[in-house]
Amino acid sequence: MQSQTRTYFDEMNTGPAGVRDLYANYANWLRDVPPEQLESKRQEAELLFRRVGITFNVYGENAGTERLIPFDVIPRLLAAKEWDVLSKGSIQRVRALNMFLHDIYHDREIIKVGLVSESILTHSQYRPEMFDVDVPGGIYAHIAGIDIVRTGENQFYVLEDNLRTPSGVSYMLEDRKMMMRLFPELFRRYSIAPVEHYPQVLKNNLRAVAQSGVKDPTVVLLTPGAYNSAYFEHAFLAQQMGVELVEGQDLFVRGNAVYMRTTEGPKRVDVIYRRLDDEYIDPLAFNPDSMLGVPGLFSVYRNGGVTLANAVGTGVADDKSTYIRVPEMIKFYLGEEPILANVPTYELSKKDDLAYVLDNLPELVVKEVQGSGGYGMLVGPTASKQEITDFRDRVLANPSNYIAQPTLALSTCPTLVEQGIAPRHVDLRPFVLSGETVTLVPGALCRVAMREGSLVVNSSQGGGTKDTWVLQERSSQEVSAIDAALKDKVAVC
Amino acid sequence: MLSRTANHLYWMARYIERAENMARILDVTANMALVPNAALSEAALWQPALEISGNAESFQERFSDFTASNVIHFLAMDPENPSSIYSALYSARENARAVRVAMTSETWENINALWLEFSQFEGKDLALDGLREFCDWVKARSHLFRGVSFGTMLRDDAFQFLRLGTFIERADNTARLLDVKYHLLLPKEEEVGGGVDYYEWSAVLRSVSAFQAYQKVFNDTIQPWRVAELLVLRKDMPRSLHACFTEITAILENLTTGRHVECRRIAGEINASLQYGRMDHIFQNGLHEFLTEFIECNNQLGAEIQNSFLNIHAA
Repeated sequence: MQSQTRTYFDEMNTGPAGVRDLYANYANWLRDVPPEQLESKRQEAELLFRRVGITFNVYGENAGTERLIPFDVIPRLLAAKEWDVLSKGSIQRVRALNMFLHDIYHDREIIKVGLVSESILTHSQYRPEMFDVDVPGGIYAHIAGIDIVRTGENQFYVLEDNLRTPSGVSYMLEDRKMMMRLFPELFRRYSIAPVEHYPQVLKNNLRAVAQSGVKDPTVVLLTPGAYNSAYFEHAFLAQQMGVELVEGQDLFVRGNAVYMRTTEGPKRVDVIYRRLDDEYIDPLAFNPDSMLGVPGLFSVYRNGGVTLANAVGTGVADDKSTYIRVPEMIKFYLGEEPILANVPTYELSKKDDLAYVLDNLPELVVKEVQGSGGYGMLVGPTASKQEITDFRDRVLANPSNYIAQPTLALSTCPTLVEQGIAPRHVDLRPFVLSGETVTLVPGALCRVAMREGSLVVNSSQGGGTKDTWVLQERSSQEVSAIDAALKDKVAVC
Repeated sequence: MLSRTANHLYWMARYIERAENMARILDVTANMALVPNAALSEAALWQPALEISGNAESFQERFSDFTASNVIHFLAMDPENPSSIYSALYSARENARAVRVAMTSETWENINALWLEFSQFEGKDLALDGLREFCDWVKARSHLFRGVSFGTMLRDDAFQFLRLGTFIERADNTARLLDVKYHLLLPKEEEVGGGVDYYEWSAVLRSVSAFQAYQKVFNDTIQPWRVAELLVLRKDMPRSLHACFTEITAILENLTTGRHVECRRIAGEINASLQYGRMDHIFQNGLHEFLTEFIECNNQLGAEIQNSFLNIHAA
């Protein structure tokens, strides 16, 4: 039974009987597939994922505890024209954010014109060590994960720009591989844009940001190690790109260069795709207790002896107080109108916003500016009266530490769960790659909250993934022609 | 390649080989238990299995009796015994996981599947039932590992280190097996060449898949010194010491082209003794002494390989 009082936009269904045009063919196919068959495909996928070792590690449990992320066999579809908007909008944001990062670590024009407050320079993710450091191509966020949610046919919102070490792209690629294996007929029937070239694009970009003068740059992927929660992804990307997967202990600094220890002696490294946060990359420069990084790495980096991707200090651009400014940044740096909207956000440092928020706490989500991972926040609609009263006091004590947003009616997508096929909330994370150009492959990680009514899609909280199909549209005549051709083929066999 | 990667590959291969050899020892011991032999008590039958693997002491710290059940559990399934098949396969998989990028995905998936399949044997008392199936499974997985790595991996350094691990471990195991069995089956020197128990010697041969080879090569009833010759000096016998060192010297040649590295000299020296050695000389000086020295030299070689390639030195 649905207890929810709100209605949500559904990616497939427009009502009890109606289906969005985009899904018409798929919905027909889905209706004819016996539920047991879908369930057996789901089990097959689980078996294969486990066999390949597509798992994530869970912190706090026994070392080496490996879990599968639930995989849903029903894909999320996007029309080519929907994708066009999302992709252009994501690229636009990343271009502006890269310019912002360059600016904030150089001339700080954006502070001078008053669009961003000077207090950003005291922000915990701001790295004063990066001031006046030139990074190759002016690129800071080589890989960015833009979290997008949908609330209606044409209502897309950016929830977050992940500019540090965004993860999940391996699931985009592995989910696709799995879907092609499980449902080859659907791939023949539809024209689904391919995503498999992602590692190649990434590798080309990483090679392009080596220091000038390096002819054949050596790229490595730096991982915290096999017990990191995203280790599978690190290994997967290194393998797909054909680069060494290194740990901190494999690298050392000599002179103004970084080397890896090989069986034939030291080998120079030019570009490090690091999947370690700033704090851990160099115990001499940042967290002295970190065993994961490379002593002296940051000083080589500052002097241009090695390129890090993403650059050090990108965190200052992906926090909530900066997020609010992204639409203005786009106008300021690019002179363009933002293609994708932010979630409307109230800044409690502003008097009007504060008054509105205090009057409407039960409908809003209130977050700490620098908080993350769901800590220090109030979700109005599910909070008790007491919790709201307590939170009001905390907000009043230091209003500028908080922002508020409406609770979003995240779209749902039909999902195979124990009870059969049911709507579950989804989000979307396309990965934007910056090198000589800023691009993305036509696809994204689609996360799905597997629990009924839940809006939390994080894998650490039971979220699953779906393959995302960007469809080149085909008319129903074309599809029936293909079906007929396929049937003939089967008959001949 | 990265020293750390080479190290993981080398040990991954060693652990798989170790698991296979342990399975072979358990398998033939269990088989020997089926042959009526009043002279051999249960303890006398199972204790050598512990000695071959160099585990007798740690076993006695925890168990009082050398019963089939205790020994089989200890050598096959005991997570607390670092040399058990369980521990070897666990370590092989952990090493593989750390460097899954360095091997083909088929090789990695094969090792991962091995570990996932292992769970079907956990919690079973193999002494009661299923030991043979278990040993067959371990051997088959080891064959599969060698086949998939041999059939899919680029012949680069990663492959060489993987093969190196296999043969260093195998040489060690064959030498230990022969040493313990020879001791056990021929307690007094004058009995060398005397009457032997056909079943026991054929079991030794079977444990290294050499029973049919023996028939082909010697076309004779089983003589202990010939068993020794087959397992020490015959280059064409894939688990013999000489065969292992033919591979090891070639691999080290490949890895060190032109460079003088101590481990290559040691391997060459051992190989020469196997290539030009004569069985009657070895017996004159004592097979036990020969094998003891061999095991020592092989360990020293392992340490040198570790020094030359695998340990991470400070810059």
